[in-house]
Amino acid sequence: MTQTQKVAVLLLEDGHVFYGKAFGAVGTTAGEICFNTGMTGYQEVFTDPSYSGQVLIMNNVHTGNYGVNIKDVESDSVKIRGLIGRNLEERYSRYQATDSLDAYLKKNNIVAIEDVDTRALVAHIRTKGAMNCIISSEVTEVEKLKALLAETPDMDGLELASEVSTKEEYELGDVNSPLKVAVLDFGVKRHILQCLVDRGAHVRVHPAKTPVSRLKEFNPNGYFISNGPGDPAAMPYAVETVKAILAEEKPLFGICLGHQLLALANGIPTFKMHHGHRGLNHPVKNLVTGKSEITTQNHGFGVDPEAVRKHPGVEVTHVNLNDESIEGIRVKGKPAFSVQYHPESTPGPFDSRYLFDDFVAMMK
Amino acid sequence: MPRDNSIKSVLIIGSGPIVIGQACEFDYSGSQAARSLREEGIKVILINSNPATIMTDPMMADKVYLLPLTVESIEQILEENQIDAVLPTMGGQTALNLAKEAEELGVWEKYNCRLIGVDIKAIDKAEDREKFRQWMIKMGVPVAPAKTANSFLEGKEFAQEIGFPLVIRPSFTLGGTGGGFVHSKDQLDEALNRGLSASPIHEVLVEKAVLGWKEFELELLRDSADNVVIICTVENFDPMGVHTGDSITVAPAMTLSDTAFQLMRNTAIDIMRDLGNFAGGCNVQFSLNPETEELIAIEINPRVSRSSALASKATGYPIAKIAAKLAIGYNLDELKNQITKTTSAYFEPALDYVIVKVPRWNFDKFKGANDTLGLQMKSVGEVMAIGRSFTEAIQKACQSLENDAIGLGYYGKSLMKTDELIEYIKTPKWDRIFRIKDALMQGVTVKTIVQATHIDRWFIYQIQQLCDIEKEIATHTLESLPEQLLKDAKKNGFSDDQIAKLLKTDCSDDQVYEKRKALGITRVYKMVDTCSAEFEAKTPYFYSSFEN
Repeated sequence: MTQTQKVAVLLLEDGHVFYGKAFGAVGTTAGEICFNTGMTGYQEVFTDPSYSGQVLIMNNVHTGNYGVNIKDVESDSVKIRGLIGRNLEERYSRYQATDSLDAYLKKNNIVAIEDVDTRALVAHIRTKGAMNCIISSEVTEVEKLKALLAETPDMDGLELASEVSTKEEYELGDVNSPLKVAVLDFGVKRHILQCLVDRGAHVRVHPAKTPVSRLKEFNPNGYFISNGPGDPAAMPYAVETVKAILAEEKPLFGICLGHQLLALANGIPTFKMHHGHRGLNHPVKNLVTGKSEITTQNHGFGVDPEAVRKHPGVEVTHVNLNDESIEGIRVKGKPAFSVQYHPESTPGPFDSRYLFDDFVAMMK
Repeated sequence: MPRDNSIKSVLIIGSGPIVIGQACEFDYSGSQAARSLREEGIKVILINSNPATIMTDPMMADKVYLLPLTVESIEQILEENQIDAVLPTMGGQTALNLAKEAEELGVWEKYNCRLIGVDIKAIDKAEDREKFRQWMIKMGVPVAPAKTANSFLEGKEFAQEIGFPLVIRPSFTLGGTGGGFVHSKDQLDEALNRGLSASPIHEVLVEKAVLGWKEFELELLRDSADNVVIICTVENFDPMGVHTGDSITVAPAMTLSDTAFQLMRNTAIDIMRDLGNFAGGCNVQFSLNPETEELIAIEINPRVSRSSALASKATGYPIAKIAAKLAIGYNLDELKNQITKTTSAYFEPALDYVIVKVPRWNFDKFKGANDTLGLQMKSVGEVMAIGRSFTEAIQKACQSLENDAIGLGYYGKSLMKTDELIEYIKTPKWDRIFRIKDALMQGVTVKTIVQATHIDRWFIYQIQQLCDIEKEIATHTLESLPEQLLKDAKKNGFSDDQIAKLLKTDCSDDQVYEKRKALGITRVYKMVDTCSAEFEAKTPYFYSSFEN
């Protein structure tokens, strides 16, 4: 933070304005505002495709301290739409780092604003709920920004997964492995695939709109339905794919958006949450084992708790200990299960990695 | 598992007199524990030899014994009261040692009183340095190469084997008493003798020194169902070689990547789960090689500690209070977060501020004392500051030391020349941070300072930022001082007094205050709420800061 930085403006959909200083690329960007309470792993968060379309507030007051490197990424580019921080650090310290956060954001053309009263902003979002916002370091007139913000689409009903999904199929892991997993990519995090490969799987990753017939050609032992951005209710194509997979009776594991799609495929509705769960400290209880785990979360939509509990064919396996929201389900009589949180973590605790072991055991 | 209803009365052992390394932190934890147990309808009996504590106030416990902390006193109390269980994890090393002594004499068994929170096996495993080392090696957790010596000759032999620099660490001592670095052969004899005589069992660990590595502490809670949560990650500003009690420490960790942190978290959890019978608060210390991010375990304390008191205040999470509940059988996921009242106690606090602890030394009162910092704790107190940035917090801390410092920015002018300063900061002393700032003001590069001190360069960059602001302020008069600069100065923790003294022309702190008030640059108040504003908090506490 220096006195010479340019002024930048943050305007919320409800008219609130916050001033700060420009960081990263100079420009204007808009999207849905959300906050992440994690204190480590910013680069992993910024490159997580599930954050597509979102402008992210980092609650932790210093971001960028240890720079960036080529390894700690969840995809090949920065996926957040914009960044809001209290102190975004240009100068960093880490032997393994290859660049500063500022240079990294510039390279990825990401507009950021720092020196914002992020705590007041988070409290505002917590009270008023998720909404769109715009940040700019080139336009400072609020009226002009209002006009630009009005053009930003609402996250509710927005389909984003097919945009971030791979365009081409690709394979990972040992091609001779007897354990084959077909991945339906809606914006899959790199470490999810790594967790599968580490357990000996040969993985083939498919574009979002791949028909089931093509998935079957791989002759997989199981299917993985990935995380991703946007509203699951706007993805009828994906719900149909999941239904067809379920009919096959082969193991299915879904994470985050994949969890919501599994619910939808069973006729359980999803809903837009007030302001979502994003962080590395969310407590979840596994109702099957009675054990608890600290989880990484990143979701703005959830599965309707009443509908799940009433559903005769679906069982709740995990609940959130803070707000009792649904964190995991399994389909009765079928080897299909899913969780709302991120067992691969990255960033975050490894408490839930056992789910990948469960999935692999189910396929063997 | 819910609460163990067979426990109807509990004896809490206090920590005794206030000495360096063991101060009012344990009064805080003991009082919290007493309150927490009485909340459950449990009768609390307390022993402490120190009447100048809160915990010995008549309203804190059902019965208070102001007696020497000896096995005889314990027997007397057990004779006079029906006590179901003893909680030895709240009174520091003193209480653990006493519980262990009583166990060895069969006292607990004789009166049918069980230890809760921790058992003797776990204490031994953690507190005996050699057992700890062997345990770590068995678990595959890296440790510094070392050997345990029970005699002077043995110690000398091992020192030759391991090579210099090395560390002498006596077993079972307080605040690192009797420990020290040995850089060369001529220092060895004295250090060995000192260490062996400081240890109650005449035992020292001769250990390879990992000087220059970074030091971190994890404060965590574990319940009897193996749930573990990290309450706070504390980073030492000073690298390995300075006792944690004498280090400037920062929370949350500032320079840790998620990969490095998760390795630390996983290792800590593995250690906790392997510790044996333990339910409560624990502290695990690690050292990290900054070049390779390789990790070694330094030590664990299976009890609430000086650092857990700090971590409680730093995060808002009442560690001792919850630890007491875990000791009587509760699991973390059955308890509520005491601050939000609605969310779970099983979670890891998120911070949206920076905590800086700076120790306070009184070398001026101990004429002739060696003021070089090392393994033996020398500070007599500490200040903890909260800010919305590291720079704000470190300045507030320096302003609160009750010495001549007015923030980090103003401690008179150093009379030392640049070369002298660079040489001076190579040795950790109480005023090192002030001299680092002096060196930066004189134009010494961040690189040179990092080479001289091994302090992470991120911290030095932050101090340099303060120097830049200070230099800029010094070019102005009160009238010419720009609004943005004044705002930035306040956000970086400069006090009005500090600004007044830095300005080119004479002015008072009141004049600075009037100017900034007129410009609308005034304090805002923020909460310490355990969750960085994610949830509404019911019983938070506040700190002041400056925001746009």
